[in-house]
Amino acid sequence: MTVIKLCEAGIPVDLLSLVPVKRSHSVCAQGGINASVNIKGEGDSPYTHFYETVKGGDFLANQPPVKGMADAAPGIVFMLDRMGVPFNRTPEGNLDFRRFGGTLFHRTAFAGATTGQQLLYALDEQVRRWETITVEDERGVTIPGEMMVRKFEYFDLTGLVLDSGGVCRGVVVQDLKTGEQMTFRGDAVCLATGGPGLVFGRSTNSVINTGSAAAIAYQQGALYGNGEFIQVHPTAIPGQDKLRLISESVRGEGGRVWVPKDRNDRRLGKDIPEGERYYFLEERYPKYRNLVPRDIASREIFRTVRHEGYSAEGQEAAYLDVTHLTRTPAGKAGVRKKLEGVLEIYEKFVGVDPYENPMKIFPAVHYSMGGLWVDFEKDESTGSLKAVSPRNQMTNIPGLFATGEADYQYHGANRLGANSLLSCIYGGMVTGPAMAAWRESRKESAFDLSSSLFDSELSRRREEFEALSRRAGGEFTVNPYRLHHELGDMMLTKVTVERHNKELDDVIGKIKEYQAQWHKCAALDTAMKGTMSQPVVFLRHLKGMLDLAEIIAAGARAREECRGAHYKPDFDPELHENDPKAVGRDDAHWLKTTLATYTPEGAKLSYEEVDVSLEKLAKRDYGKVSKPTKTEGASAQASAEK
Amino acid sequence: MAEQVVTLKIKRGEGGGPSRWEEFKVPRKPMMNVISCLMEIQKNPVTVGGGNTTPVNWDSSCLEEVCGACTMVINGRARQSCSTLVHEISPNGEPIVLEPMTKFPRVRDLVVDRQRMFDSLKRVKAWIQVDGSHFLGAGPKVSQEDQEVMYPLSRCMTCGCCVESCPNYNERSAFMGPQVISLVRLYNMHPSGKMQAGARLDAIMGDGGIADCGKAQNCVKVCPKQIPLTESIAVMGRETFKRALFGWLLKG
Ligand SMILES: Cc1cc2nc3c(=O)[nH]c(=O)nc-3n(C[C@H](O)[C@H](O)[C@H](O)COP(=O)(O)OP(=O)(O)OC[C@H]3O[C@@H](n4cnc5c(N)ncnc54)[C@H](O)[C@@H]3O)c2cc1C
Repeated sequence: MTVIKLCEAGIPVDLLSLVPVKRSHSVCAQGGINASVNIKGEGDSPYTHFYETVKGGDFLANQPPVKGMADAAPGIVFMLDRMGVPFNRTPEGNLDFRRFGGTLFHRTAFAGATTGQQLLYALDEQVRRWETITVEDERGVTIPGEMMVRKFEYFDLTGLVLDSGGVCRGVVVQDLKTGEQMTFRGDAVCLATGGPGLVFGRSTNSVINTGSAAAIAYQQGALYGNGEFIQVHPTAIPGQDKLRLISESVRGEGGRVWVPKDRNDRRLGKDIPEGERYYFLEERYPKYRNLVPRDIASREIFRTVRHEGYSAEGQEAAYLDVTHLTRTPAGKAGVRKKLEGVLEIYEKFVGVDPYENPMKIFPAVHYSMGGLWVDFEKDESTGSLKAVSPRNQMTNIPGLFATGEADYQYHGANRLGANSLLSCIYGGMVTGPAMAAWRESRKESAFDLSSSLFDSELSRRREEFEALSRRAGGEFTVNPYRLHHELGDMMLTKVTVERHNKELDDVIGKIKEYQAQWHKCAALDTAMKGTMSQPVVFLRHLKGMLDLAEIIAAGARAREECRGAHYKPDFDPELHENDPKAVGRDDAHWLKTTLATYTPEGAKLSYEEVDVSLEKLAKRDYGKVSKPTKTEGASAQASAEK
Repeated sequence: MAEQVVTLKIKRGEGGGPSRWEEFKVPRKPMMNVISCLMEIQKNPVTVGGGNTTPVNWDSSCLEEVCGACTMVINGRARQSCSTLVHEISPNGEPIVLEPMTKFPRVRDLVVDRQRMFDSLKRVKAWIQVDGSHFLGAGPKVSQEDQEVMYPLSRCMTCGCCVESCPNYNERSAFMGPQVISLVRLYNMHPSGKMQAGARLDAIMGDGGIADCGKAQNCVKVCPKQIPLTESIAVMGRETFKRALFGWLLKG
């Protein structure tokens, strides 16, 4: 989206991507994208969307950007529709919307069960069109052979080029097909490089999501915000290579979560009669039922299975069940139409028919609310973002922007389902104009600087890579893939759903050890000149993952409260009624953004105030619906009718 | 009882250079797919003969069969290595043979460069020509019926299975392949995409277009997303025929 906005402003773009853009991680998104279009006449409004997002994030997100996003959402979905996304339709031919977690409204537009794929394709196609459009100079004369977008795929970021004033002037990248490194100049640089799921070894993320680009920016001075907030999705299929997600849309369409009442029940899920099933989410949350926000659902499943000893066929899992839906009038065909892509994953990768058998699921790491810290400028008149400001989405490194899952801006302590694709696209809509404004404000273009600045960063990065590829024999005894496996297992068991201070201390110590071991990792590949060498590149990414793991663990250790996805049983007042330390969410001390700064000794933490200028803090309670203090005309009326 | 190991024979090599075969055995685990075998090799890059080697290079991203990256030739057939389960193709410990796709230049080991497919998308203008990304209100209405035709066509991952199986797609021919023709059908069906239908038809009436299809019908059998490729080719065949005829009448 950032690219499209820049092109529309007449600014040519170099687009660099680790994989062909069409194969980016966003294809994984199944469920949909939120926009309060109120197509079902339920009285939904962008303001309610804003409020529920802020509340869902336990009030840790800065409110103006969130308001900007919610306000822009209907327009974004309409734009995607115009770009040809094959969204599902109502009988009248309008966009259809479904329910997702953390809301009672039908707010989520979807294209079958591969919404992310379809959105990414639509935007990729628009960018491809810009690849065929020639650049025009100021007088409108075309420059033959120069295209608005030059795309470089299989390129990996290896460094930022910062000038003596600390301004980002370009990047060093490696062509993965040949191993060759080179520099690209830019009057503004944006990292839209996705999340860091691989820090946890196996997750619902694509295997390219190592967070390496964000880690490199961090190592070069970019602040990393709210790293400890990692979303664990309640319903994933356990697997050897990855934990495949079963989308929340399954519950949005009526899927139910349960375990057998008898803890020793070993029968197949489908053979257990209705009366012997424990629908624990529905019992504990009668209003939101299976659609409580993700952190809550994950915690409940985790608690029910790990601590209370329930199981599915004796395995550490709960059931996610759609079999009852096949017995409704719409029947199996009706379920298939809306959920085929999701259920197909279960069928394909487990080899069991989910239309007949309740699916076995367990929580898995899914999304990072944290990411590169980015700035914003509030528009006092609307309460949202100022339309065009170079501050929007800019990191603390001038000229370096970040957007998408790589930034930390929109989801606070927990993201609501179907809000991520939205924040990615909205982020792009803001970043493009912000980069243009920044470029406009600069006296000296990166293209006018002497090449020595770029050459020195290039030679530094080349030497780094050559040193890595020479690592063989002698002291280099550690297999980096095994080290990654160990790191992932530890992070997964100790830094996800439940966090304990003592364990986090151990984890931080262990990460230090792993960082030392990284220096003993073998290259495993001689990296012949001119060829691809994935193992050596992996070493670079592993270094980044270790740094990110440290940010996550240190942030989690320091934050002595429970907020959104960050949950410490020792601080949960429900578990420790008379313990004054068990404060739950502690707004007095912890309503603040965690900022991690890289130092050679490790992550240094500092904190920043959260902008809560629009909505008052409220208890995040899904037992009953809490209403926003302000609602816009129509929606207030409609919710009064409900 | 099934064997406790998985045997893999992998064709390796760099660029256009010579190829060699390496054989590996990795521990067999439940629910294993081909990618998790390759991950095991990364952790212990040793061949059956006990020789140290380098981890195998291969492409992968989503591991859910929606990105198309991890396509390779497995036991003679192009498919995604993420959705190829070991217990299905090697129920009794039969060796699994992995080769790179043959219709694209090899980069290294199982990685090939599929740029040619993306270039074809540019040629046929595989996009909707919007006036801009600014706010212009809701998009055109689309019936549920049309959406149900368009969505499956839109799931094409540009993975390359269809062209790998197509006898007419190769280095010597300019044929763009069935996936491109199917996407032209998609964009030409869309209410606003229709407005540029002629230009897209012209693109598949030219060099490397629909006339190069030899009707082998392999494509539709190997498409992992069951896209009705041959149906698309038939529909586009009629459309291009009409356009050829219409254009000719106009001139006459
Ligand atoms: C299984 C699953 C289902 C989901 N479902 C939903 C949903 O229904 N709704 C929703 O809103 N969200 C959903 N999400 C979340 C959402 O998909 C992601 O947050 C979002 O797609 C991230 O998009 P992005 O553009 O920020 O990053 P990505 O799509 O990850 O793109 C990152 C890009 O950066 C490039 N890149 C990365 N690193 C480098 C580097 N070092 N050098 C050069 N280039 C690099 C990559 O090649 C890629 O092109 C889901 C997530 C998962 C895992």
